[in-house]
Formats: sequence, C-alpha cells, structure tokens
Amino acid sequence: MPRLYGEGKDHVKKSAIIEAVAEGLTKPAVPLGYSTEFGDFSQRLSDQPAWLVALRREGYTQFGETGFPTTHDEDWRFTNVSAVAQTRFALPHGGAQPPSAADLDPLGVSQFACCLVFINGKFSQKFSRIPALPKGVKITSLAEAITAHPASVEGYLGRYLAFYRDAFAALNTAFIEDGAYVYVPRSTVVEQPIYVLYVSTPEANPTMNHPRNLFIVEENSQATFVEDYVSLPGCEKAALSNTVTELVAGESAVVSHYMIVRESEQTYNFSTLRIQQARSSNVASHSLLLSGALVRNNVHPVLAGEGAECLINGLFMANGRQHMDNYMLVEHASPHCGSRQFYNGILNGQAHGVFHGRIIVHKDAQKTDAKQTNRNLLLCDDAQIDTKPQLEIYADDVKCTHGATIGQVDENALFYLRSRGVDEVAAKHLLLQAFANECLDRMHPGQVRDHVEQLVARWLPETAKFVGERAALAHGEAGQAERAFEEVG
Amino acid sequence: MSLLEIKNLHASVNGNEILRGVNLTVNPGEVHSIMGPNGSGKSTLAQVLARRENYEVTQGSVQLAGKDLLAMKPEEAACEGLFLAFQYPVEIPGISNAYFLRAALNALRKSRGEDELDAMDFLPLLKEKMRLLEMDEKFLNRPVNEGFSGGEKKRNEIVQMAVLEPRLAVLDETDSGLDIDALKVVAKGVNAMRSKDRAIVVVTHYQRLLNYIVPDYVHVLVNGRIVKSGGPELALELEAKGYSWTEAEPAAISR
Repeated sequence: MPRLYGEGKDHVKKSAIIEAVAEGLTKPAVPLGYSTEFGDFSQRLSDQPAWLVALRREGYTQFGETGFPTTHDEDWRFTNVSAVAQTRFALPHGGAQPPSAADLDPLGVSQFACCLVFINGKFSQKFSRIPALPKGVKITSLAEAITAHPASVEGYLGRYLAFYRDAFAALNTAFIEDGAYVYVPRSTVVEQPIYVLYVSTPEANPTMNHPRNLFIVEENSQATFVEDYVSLPGCEKAALSNTVTELVAGESAVVSHYMIVRESEQTYNFSTLRIQQARSSNVASHSLLLSGALVRNNVHPVLAGEGAECLINGLFMANGRQHMDNYMLVEHASPHCGSRQFYNGILNGQAHGVFHGRIIVHKDAQKTDAKQTNRNLLLCDDAQIDTKPQLEIYADDVKCTHGATIGQVDENALFYLRSRGVDEVAAKHLLLQAFANECLDRMHPGQVRDHVEQLVARWLPETAKFVGERAALAHGEAGQAERAFEEVG
Repeated sequence: MSLLEIKNLHASVNGNEILRGVNLTVNPGEVHSIMGPNGSGKSTLAQVLARRENYEVTQGSVQLAGKDLLAMKPEEAACEGLFLAFQYPVEIPGISNAYFLRAALNALRKSRGEDELDAMDFLPLLKEKMRLLEMDEKFLNRPVNEGFSGGEKKRNEIVQMAVLEPRLAVLDETDSGLDIDALKVVAKGVNAMRSKDRAIVVVTHYQRLLNYIVPDYVHVLVNGRIVKSGGPELALELEAKGYSWTEAEPAAISR
C-alpha cells in the first residue's frame, strides 16, 4: 500500500517535527541566507495566530531537513537547481520603485473586471479590482483573510499540501504572508474569471517571493481562476518566484484554473498547484509557460471522491537557454475517476524541456480511466526534451494509457502549406500555431481563452526565432526523425 | 506563349533517376492527361513541378509562363499560378480548413499586390466553392484534412483549387480510391474550372476519370519518358490493352 501523497497538515510525522523543534532536538541545516531571512520575517509576523506561526516554523524546519534537491533525486533528475541554491535571495523590502498604471497596461489584463494585483508579492489595493460578487463569495488577499476569515484559512491552509517531500513547497510554507484568497460558497456560480496577477518590478538585489494562494470552491459551485506571473521590463537581477496554490473543489464543483508564466529570463519560477477534488467534481488545469530562466511546474490533483474528473492541459514554449520542467502527479484515490493529461512543448535554441507524468492509482480506485499524452517539437538540434511517464497502479480494474512523441516540424505539412503559396517562415509559424492550438482548443471559449491565445500569438515568434536558419539542420539528410511510443496498461 | 514547357527533364531521388528526359508543352485552355503504370514517374513529375525539394533535377528545363520554374521555391511557384492537387493530402491538426485556405489565398493575393481578404469577405467565397464540391459546411472549421475520408480529402483539394484559381493545375491521381459518385463530383468541380486561360494536367493511372474530365491530349509515361501521345482515344486503348504494349514502342515526341 503506497503512502497517500495527499496527506498534509494532519500527517503524524509533522506534529512530531514541531515538537522536536520546540524542544530544540533537531538543528536543521538551512541553506545560506534563509535563516536570517526567516528570523527577520517570523519576528515581524510573530503576533499572527499561533497555528500560522507554527505552520511557518514547520515549513522552515522541513525545508532545512529536505534541503534543495539535486539531480540524484528521481523527481529532479532532469532539472538542476544549483543556481537557485547558490544565489542569496532576499525578501523584497519595499525599496523598489512602484509601477505606474502605464507600466501595467502592456500586460493586456485590463479587460478582466475581477483582478487581484500583487506587486513584488504584496497585495496592491491600488491596482486591484473586485466587482460586486454573488452572495457569500469572498475574494481578498490572503493577508487580509488571515484576520478576516481566520477559521476558513486555518481549516484549509496547508491541509492538503504534501510539503514534507518538496523543499520548494516547504520554503513557501515557511514564508507564507500574502497571496490570493477566494471562497465560493455552496451552489454559487462566479461567472467572472478571477484574475490574479503577480508583478515583479526591477530590484537592486536578487529577490524572492513566495505567493500562497488558497481557492476554495464549495459543493455544486463554479469558478475560474487565472494566475499570471510577469516581470516588468528592466528586471535584470536573478529572482525567485516560489508559489503554492491550494485549490479545493467540493462535491460536483466545476473549476478551471489557468497559470501563465511570462517572467524575465533571470527568474526562477517554481510553482505547485495542489488540487483536492471531492466526489463528481470537475477541474481543469491549464498551464502556459512562456518565459523564465527555469520554470518548474508541479501540478498535483488528488481525485479523492468518486467520479471526479480532471483535465491537465499545458503548453510550454522555450528558446535560448530556458529550462521548463513539468511535473505532473495525478493521484486516483477513489473509484470511477477520470484524468486526462495533455502537454505540448515547443523547444528551440538550447532550451531544455521536461515532462514527468506520474499517475498513481490507489488500491481502491477501481474503474480509473487515466490518459497521458506529451507531444514535443524540437526546432533545432541543440534543443532537448526529457519525457518520462511513471505509472504506479495498485488497483486491478483500471485503464491507464500514456504516450509521448518527439519530432520536428512535419516536412510534409510544411511542403503542403508552401505549395499553396505560404512562404517558408510563415508556414512554420502556422504549423507551430497549429501545434499550440491543440492545447488552446481544450480551453473553454471565452475571455480567458482569447487572452491566452493572444499571448501565445505574441510569444510564438520569440520561441520560433531563428527557425528559418536553424531548421535546415534539423531537417537535414536524416529527414524527419520522429520517435513515438505508446503503451496501454 | 505556352503555359508550361518541359524540355528533356531528368530528375532523381536519392541517386535513382526517375525522370529520364520528359518533354511536354501545355498551352492555356488545354487539358492534358498523363497516364502510366505504377512507378513510371508520374508522381515524381508532379512533385518536381510543385518544387518538392527531395527531388534533384539533373538535366533539362521547365518554363512556367516563360519563367524558370526550376529556380522557384514551392511558394513562388504557387504565386506564379501553379497548383498541385496532392495524391495524399496532408493532415494538419490545429489549423481549420477555412483559416488555412484564407492564409493561402492571401499569400497569393499579396504576391500579386492585391489587398488581403478578411474572414467576412472570404467565407462566402469558400462556402460557394464548397457547395460546388458538395462538401458540408462543417468542414470549414474542421482541421485541415484531419479525420477526412479519402474522398473528402480529394474533394477538399479541388475546393482549394477552386478558391486559389491557378493558371496551371496538376492533379496527381485525384481519382485514386474514389467511388464513382465522388469521382463525378470531383470531375464536376474540375470541369467548372476549365477556361481558356487555364490549363489542367491530370495525372492518373486509370482511364475512368477521363470519361468525366475529357482531356485534349493524353500522354503515356513509362520509365521516366513520355512514350506515346494522342487524343482521348489513346486512354481507351490503354484501358483495353494495359500498359505493356506501350513499353515496347519507341519514344514519341509529345506535342
């Protein structure tokens, strides 16, 4: 019987740690700088509720125990975080020049009526917009929710997050301060997408942010969330965005979640989306990774109630030396649940992509129907993709399939387009657009999808840069090499 | 001036010579059929004309309306009015038929210095051509050729031809695999395109299509050469006797 990864705050091991720490029995070796930061940070927030102080302390201790992962760790085999470990990041101290409305205009989010804006990790009343909401719906910053809705926050924060096995989630927990908090009561439909925008402005030194989002959608309710991580022009220092989002979908709830990462090429973005799904809930997670030095995208749904369904859809596009790692962990913990994973990657330059698709089917999760597909386009010889399916099945009546393809732009399709008059560069862009569309087409038509489509259209030429010159290499005499494998288990 | 002038064309793929001296002249308003057994080089000829890069031209020349076709890229040939209906139309998931065709038409219009059409102007045009080919409007928004049956793909090729209005259309075995009803629809679409300014080259293995698209000239391609040319009656003779008798005869000069 495997350990349930979905167990969080209530896990026995952790209360043991708290006691141990309290008694000074363990002295975790916390990497460089973090102990000072944590000391100042916890000092500043020491008057907050005791459970929260303890939770942070727990995260901090766990971070010290786990330490930054190395490539010897199976979950981090293809992603080297030593650059993060060796950089001394500090929490932003509010010294940066605040942005103006004109700085935010080019981000293209002004059409969203419900928008929470965070500047360098802190909630900005000035830039945020919260419209009239259906009765009982609460949309606010986490910092405010801690005082305004303490019971709800205490009940859910850290409850499902398994931070004892992930240094970044533990680190985030240590530094919980602000983020978005949304509560949707029973049988309520929030039609407006809830847009959460994290903006980094230029800082003088390497800074870190640990946004913590808590989204609770109760029984038979519906909501759409967008998290968008951006750096304003001029962000040239190394930066660490280390996010955790806990999303709780009650019985029969319908939730869409979008994450957009478009930060500077000096930003390391680590995020964990932990989804807890009750009976017959339906959750769609869409990730769009456009830019960053290193992006690690963890999506971890637990299908805890019977008949729950989830869609995990993603598109990652990298060029230059960017590294984008997608770590999916789908846990089927109840019977009759369905999960669909579709990730498409476009890699150019010396970019490195990773797709790790792990599916765990627990003993009682009979009639599980899980599917996973990862498709990748390499636009030149130096780009790299590691794709790894990992199926752990402990039930005996399940359907699990996985497949991955790695290839170049289809020569036949390219010729077909050119024979109709479309020039080579435009034809390649069209084919990349088509490849991206496979992911975009899985999103519900509407405001968010239009926005995402525009972003993809804007970033595709960036990703495809030098395609015209470099593709000749990839299409050389060896012709189109495509590897594909598919297995049914 | 002739529309297409092929002189002593030799072409090989991976060092194997497939075309061994093809001569062919096509004038505006004419319909030519190129027939031949499997492996005779029919499709190679079509692909060389459409400027597929996998084929190496080792000798000879091809003029399209007086311009050197062999110096053109595929997209340039298309902009000069060449259209190839593919034997195996390619599936492009993720791009709708309508979007694809509008991009193609606008590329051609741009090369001619004309304004690009927006979706509002383009859609009625496309719908009209689809009606001609008896294609359901649902195909507008379906990805290009994806999940289409063989017959739907071939009809889709002719829809494209009808929208792009080429000066020279080369149909590469557009009839293969079509049932008789689909064949008639395709032929109707092609016949609607016949005009005094346009030439059509129909590449086929079988004579049946030529009952519906009646050519002005029929050429027999064997072993990379045109060995016999004649009128429509030649196609019937080939159907009756097979191709073997042509192989013994000396190469004829095509008209």
